[in-house]
Amino acid sequence: MHILDVLQETYSALSANKVRTGLTMLGIVIGIGSVIAMVSIGQGAQSSIQSSIQSIGSNLLIIMPGAQRGSGAQISTGRGGAITLLQSDADAINKEVSGISHVAAELSSRYQVTAKGQGTNTNTTVTGTTASYTSVRNLEIESGNFITDQNVKSLSKVAVLGPSTRDDLFGEGVDPVGKIIRIKSIEFKVVGVTKAKGGSGFSNQDDIIFIPLSSAQKYLTGSDYLSTISVQAESEDIMTVVQEDITALLLKRHKISDSASADFNIMNQSDILSTASTVTTTLTYLLAAIAGISLLVGGIGIMNMMLTTVTERTREIGLRKAIGAKRKDISLQFIIESIVLTFTGGAIGILLGCGISYAVNLLGIIQTTISVPSILLAFGVSTIIGIVFGYYPARRAASLNPIQALRYE
Amino acid sequence: MIEVKNITKIYKTGDTELRAVDDVSFRIEDGEFVAIMGPSGSGKSTLMHILGALDTPTSGKYFLDNKDVSEFSDDELADIRKTKIGFVFQSFNLLPRTTVLRNVVLPLVYSGIPKKEREEKAKEALIAAGLDEGHFLHLSNQLSGGQIQRVAIARALVNNPTIILADEPTGNLDTKTGEIVLATFQKLNKEQCRTIILITHEKEVAEHAERIIFIRDGKIVSDDKKHNRRIIDQESLACKELFKK
Repeated sequence: MHILDVLQETYSALSANKVRTGLTMLGIVIGIGSVIAMVSIGQGAQSSIQSSIQSIGSNLLIIMPGAQRGSGAQISTGRGGAITLLQSDADAINKEVSGISHVAAELSSRYQVTAKGQGTNTNTTVTGTTASYTSVRNLEIESGNFITDQNVKSLSKVAVLGPSTRDDLFGEGVDPVGKIIRIKSIEFKVVGVTKAKGGSGFSNQDDIIFIPLSSAQKYLTGSDYLSTISVQAESEDIMTVVQEDITALLLKRHKISDSASADFNIMNQSDILSTASTVTTTLTYLLAAIAGISLLVGGIGIMNMMLTTVTERTREIGLRKAIGAKRKDISLQFIIESIVLTFTGGAIGILLGCGISYAVNLLGIIQTTISVPSILLAFGVSTIIGIVFGYYPARRAASLNPIQALRYE
Repeated sequence: MIEVKNITKIYKTGDTELRAVDDVSFRIEDGEFVAIMGPSGSGKSTLMHILGALDTPTSGKYFLDNKDVSEFSDDELADIRKTKIGFVFQSFNLLPRTTVLRNVVLPLVYSGIPKKEREEKAKEALIAAGLDEGHFLHLSNQLSGGQIQRVAIARALVNNPTIILADEPTGNLDTKTGEIVLATFQKLNKEQCRTIILITHEKEVAEHAERIIFIRDGKIVSDDKKHNRRIIDQESLACKELFKK
């Protein structure tokens, strides 16, 4: 029997009961659709978390004061108890550790800030830092300039605003360069605005004010400790080595012999990335597994319908056998019917899944990505479901005795 | 040519044994029109199933065109049904919601004959069975009982089989329509020299054949040539003469 003839038989059989065919197919449509949508949402979450981690900089090691307790990353960053990092530490790292492209020392704290002559105020993070911060943290300037080495040397009272802070103090779209803000009643002149980066997993990089590190130490805190040293390694491969070198150097400088009682903590960006991607991968698997269960239920629906069909069409099967259909002709017909059901259902399901993923994208909930392998997999899975769940009904049809089949009422 | 030698079919249900067909032997030559007649429960249906290669006998031999079919497997039997036998049943002859043409084409589909050729053959068979060309594309459920049986006859003819087996073909028809169907069989027998085996429990139907095998309780009671048979369509018996030579 030619395959085109089988397909013609299949078409007339399936179109004979459109409602039932449609409802059965719906099980597969929903199953495949949810697999595609879930996987795309999971992958979207993964890439959005990754890009958000990468937005804070690349190949970054962040050194923070505080004790490392146990083996986990339980960090105490309370400034009062952990004044351990100094500018000299940052300078030493820059000088003595190889494989480093930039080091930026930072001193952050929250203050109430007012804009002179505007009557507006906001509570935001004020970060004292150096010129290299822009390279380390991938920061770009929208207007004006960032803090220069000269500013740091001369303790200039200048400030660079994050875009959110600019909006809070001066309003959206206003260029605040040249205007005056007051931090702790000390006047700073705005010299630049950074470009928006979006929120990262750690802090809002847009709601921030940058001032020269030396000015922050002198005018705001009155001491020369640091809250963070950001180190950018030359490449991802050497990050572990650089981390170890920095640890050794700081332990030596702080005169600590046991690394377990270190008074600082180093966060490695690639560790964070890999932890985050492990979490999101697990999440994706979980979502796919839930969707897979609905696919299984859909498959059982197909089998149920095929068994009903075989019973209903017992006399037809008898007639076909009487006029010369062999076992394999009959079983092929029912298998193909089941495959056509699941394949069509799968195709519609893929469209549905892509539609859902597109809608999620459009609503801005998450940036989803549909991968070609997941579509191919869905097609493969739906065909296999057709074969697996069509096999038993088809075998039952093929093994019917033509005499009994013809007599069946 | 059909030759049946000492055929027995036994059905077992639990401890009881039913001899549906009991040591039956006969021969049917090509071009004969034979009626197998008997009351219900006589074993004629079982005999029909064996003759139609739907079933195999418990013991005995069945030669169809000198081939021993009695111990064939399922698929081999399917091949025999496909090439040598055409069936006309009492009811449920046609696939529902399928065109007349498609129904007649179906045996050729299973034989793997190309599309164009099989449609030509199907049309020839439909015309031979006496169906109007206007009905060819009608759906099977739009036809009358007589038309359905004609389509069934056409389908039985389409593979050019050795025998046409008709199992109570007039059972669901009124007398007048039944006569028309029987006339079609007579015509095919006469003009195309088709071997026709008619299974029936009605004497009047059986009398349309030229030979009647009467069975009761699985045994042949009588096997006679019918001399004053009912011939509906008085036309030449030319091909009969051809076979006798």
